[in-house]
Amino acid sequence: MNITLRVWRQANAASEGRMVTYQVQDVSEDMSFLEMLDLLNEDLTVKGEEPIAFDHDCREGICGMCGVVINGTAHGRGNSPVATTTCQLHMRSFSDGATIDVEPWRAGAFPVIKDLVVDRSAFDRIIQAGGYVSVNTGSAPDAHANAVGKLKADRAFDAATCIGCGACVAACPNHSGMLFTAAKITHLAMLPQGQPERHLRIKKMLATHDAEGFGGCTNIGECAAVCPKEIPFDTISQLNRDLIASLFKRDGK
Amino acid sequence: MTTTTKAADAKKLPGADYFTLGEPVADTKAPAGPIEQKWSKRKFEAKLVNPANRRKLTVIIVGTGLAGGAAAASLGEAGYNVLNFCYQDSPRRAHSIAAQGGINAAKNYRNDNDSTYRLFYDTVKGGDYRARETNVYRLAEVSANIIDQCVAQGVPFAREYGGLLDNRSFGGVQVQRTFYARGQTGQQLLIGAYQALERQVAAGTVKMYARHEMLELIVADGKARGIVTRDMVTGEIETYFADAVVLATGGYGNVFFLSTNAMGCNVTANWRAHRKGAYFANPCYTQIHPTCIPVHGETQSKLTLMSESLRNDGRIWVPKNAEDCGKDPREIAEEDRDYYLERIYPSFGNLVPRDIASRQAKNRCDEGRGVGPAVREFDDDGNEKMVRRGVYLDFSEAIARLGKDGVAARYGNLFDMYAQITGENPYETPMRIYPAVHYTMGGLWVDYDLSSNIPGLYVTGEANFSDHGANRLGASALMQGLADGYFVLPNTINDYLADALKFPKVDASHPAAIEALESVKGRIDKLLSINGSRTVDSFHKELGHIMWEYCGMERTEEGLKLAIAKIDELQAEFWKDVKVTGVNEDFNQTLERAGRVADFFELGRLMCVDALHRRESCGGHFRAESQTEDGEALRHDDEFLYAAAWEFTGTGEKPVLHKEDLVYEAIELKQRSYK
Repeated sequence: MNITLRVWRQANAASEGRMVTYQVQDVSEDMSFLEMLDLLNEDLTVKGEEPIAFDHDCREGICGMCGVVINGTAHGRGNSPVATTTCQLHMRSFSDGATIDVEPWRAGAFPVIKDLVVDRSAFDRIIQAGGYVSVNTGSAPDAHANAVGKLKADRAFDAATCIGCGACVAACPNHSGMLFTAAKITHLAMLPQGQPERHLRIKKMLATHDAEGFGGCTNIGECAAVCPKEIPFDTISQLNRDLIASLFKRDGK
Repeated sequence: MTTTTKAADAKKLPGADYFTLGEPVADTKAPAGPIEQKWSKRKFEAKLVNPANRRKLTVIIVGTGLAGGAAAASLGEAGYNVLNFCYQDSPRRAHSIAAQGGINAAKNYRNDNDSTYRLFYDTVKGGDYRARETNVYRLAEVSANIIDQCVAQGVPFAREYGGLLDNRSFGGVQVQRTFYARGQTGQQLLIGAYQALERQVAAGTVKMYARHEMLELIVADGKARGIVTRDMVTGEIETYFADAVVLATGGYGNVFFLSTNAMGCNVTANWRAHRKGAYFANPCYTQIHPTCIPVHGETQSKLTLMSESLRNDGRIWVPKNAEDCGKDPREIAEEDRDYYLERIYPSFGNLVPRDIASRQAKNRCDEGRGVGPAVREFDDDGNEKMVRRGVYLDFSEAIARLGKDGVAARYGNLFDMYAQITGENPYETPMRIYPAVHYTMGGLWVDYDLSSNIPGLYVTGEANFSDHGANRLGASALMQGLADGYFVLPNTINDYLADALKFPKVDASHPAAIEALESVKGRIDKLLSINGSRTVDSFHKELGHIMWEYCGMERTEEGLKLAIAKIDELQAEFWKDVKVTGVNEDFNQTLERAGRVADFFELGRLMCVDALHRRESCGGHFRAESQTEDGEALRHDDEFLYAAAWEFTGTGEKPVLHKEDLVYEAIELKQRSYK
């Protein structure tokens, strides 16, 4: 296959970016999208040009490091028959001669570092605000001290599979980080271990979410549509229910 | 540290032209007494640090996977100042996240007679009697605490309808002791450690440095006192100082270029420490996993593993006749198929151990009976050849027996993953699989306290060598990472830190810090100034081919010597002809990779020397010269019952071998058997 790529090139956060057109020859349909970018980068390197910077690591869809907007959808969901990360999107999803647009996540809370690489450290700070159970090493009771009903355990698990890639933010017209936040809220809210801090947690995490510059949620659903791990959209309903409940709890604050 | 050589002794060892023999090395920290009392005794005897003094002490931890993240969180909770580094953009992305299967723990929740001793026994035996007994016993001992800790953090392990934890069996043991979280156990455990870590970041005890790569160790006055890092966004080369340094930097499987490791996994932190004096133990012990998705072509960047549980119902075969290899497998008649594992090992069939299944797949492809797309390879003389690297894993019989839904219930997520990567429907056409590198048992040498031979330098998780011997059992990597991070290191490092308040202050003006900083800058300048004609990846791929061909599933004296010569040649070419674009003061991924590949050359050479000197087969290390009449691995306990700890003596100089004799008091040495 031969592909025309239009890629966002931006030297750093301070400079202006632009789309640059490249031709990529001899693309195999078995290549992953990132391997196709590798191929282009090898070519650019030999020519003495700067290769395109993009984040990636595990290349098996679990670490959450990769993520670009492809033809206008996060992780190229619009081209893929199934939910996917960018690294698990394969070139057989495109036709020979296609022109493909590649852009970074675009959101105020995710400033561009270079080309397709953005700074997602705001997600870490949302977790720092309360996305944990306060238990020190060594102080845990026996694992069977608390039974957890299977349905709640499964719902906790469905939410816990979030990989923190940021596609939800990139897809949202408001650039909201609500699906990411709701996934953690729901994961811990379904488990007995998460109960003592349940109401304090949501207030602190949401305050940080807003302070980091993410937009509000207006229930559009683009986030869940592109989520590579198919985090359920109703986790946001869970978050809203817990938020309302928390307003009537003092939790020592 | 002594480098005395015993020339006469060394001459007797195979490959003696490539190294010299030094003094033996031994662990001095495990106390005497019965094995089940050693850990309690050590914890009691180890010195303590008063809580008020802890905040005056700083610990650097490199890596945020299970071993590093858990240690950083635990030491932060204890009250130390922790500086935690990772090359990824967030600590949550460390490659522990990719582990699928589960984590072992001797909980005996199944009432099937499991115990600490049985987990210990299984792990030592699985490691083919090349692990250190005392460390492994402790690993088994703390395993149950890990599960308690993780559940308390909210890790969503699989549960039964009664609300209690589910278990499954794994990796050839006879009890059900594996806890799991669907096919994402590593992810869920890592997120648990990550959340504990972020809690400490918020509390101010841990300072997190993401997108920072460690490029040098600072050894001042004989102690590990700091590191040099490169800020991967700005390119700034910085020094950080501490009272102790912990490396939790994972394995080095990417020396093969293609492996199931993440793209960024590298040996640089460990190798830099090795060059500063830390011994590297058993580098040749590599685990090759049989059920991975095969290579599709030369642009392949990594390999993906599928759980070996697939071998429970899938049948492995290749065509009997090489001319059938290009055909649609469904058109190959039953009598023209060679179910080679069932043929060679009638009692175990498709369920032979990982190393056997891997080696036999390679043999079939070497014979020209592999399937799938042919990939370009080079023979010993550098001539190009095209070889199909794949064998079929066929579920048609299982589908006939269990129905499509029955197979989907057991393996649905793996079938989906396979379909997404290959574009083929495994319900209709057999899967193609091929072995791939996925874990390295070797690593920096540590004692019972997880201290390297450099005072103040500790090594945890896959980065050290101590627990898995020559082969790691399934679901044991997660166990070791968390055991080291949550329970072992936080209890042993105090013994060293108790004296650290008296250490003289070390800062950027110390000659050792200046030397380390300048050497890093010099190396980067050199890489950027070569401006040759070949890309970093082209060198890395070529190194990977050499390692895979000669230091992979089957190793021979002749092949290893050839590999060493080829590596030397390629390394020399690298430093003359590599092309690294851009500048240091920028986000420069080519420069990052160049530094890592430069270290992989040196590591790859040491792996070959280690493999050459160990003229026995054990676990993942198969020497063609040492096999039984049936072609099985043959150990030589009389000659090789030791861990090989290698000392670096200078670029281009022969490394020095320090042997640590392995003493088995609690367990009887046996030849591994699966007949």
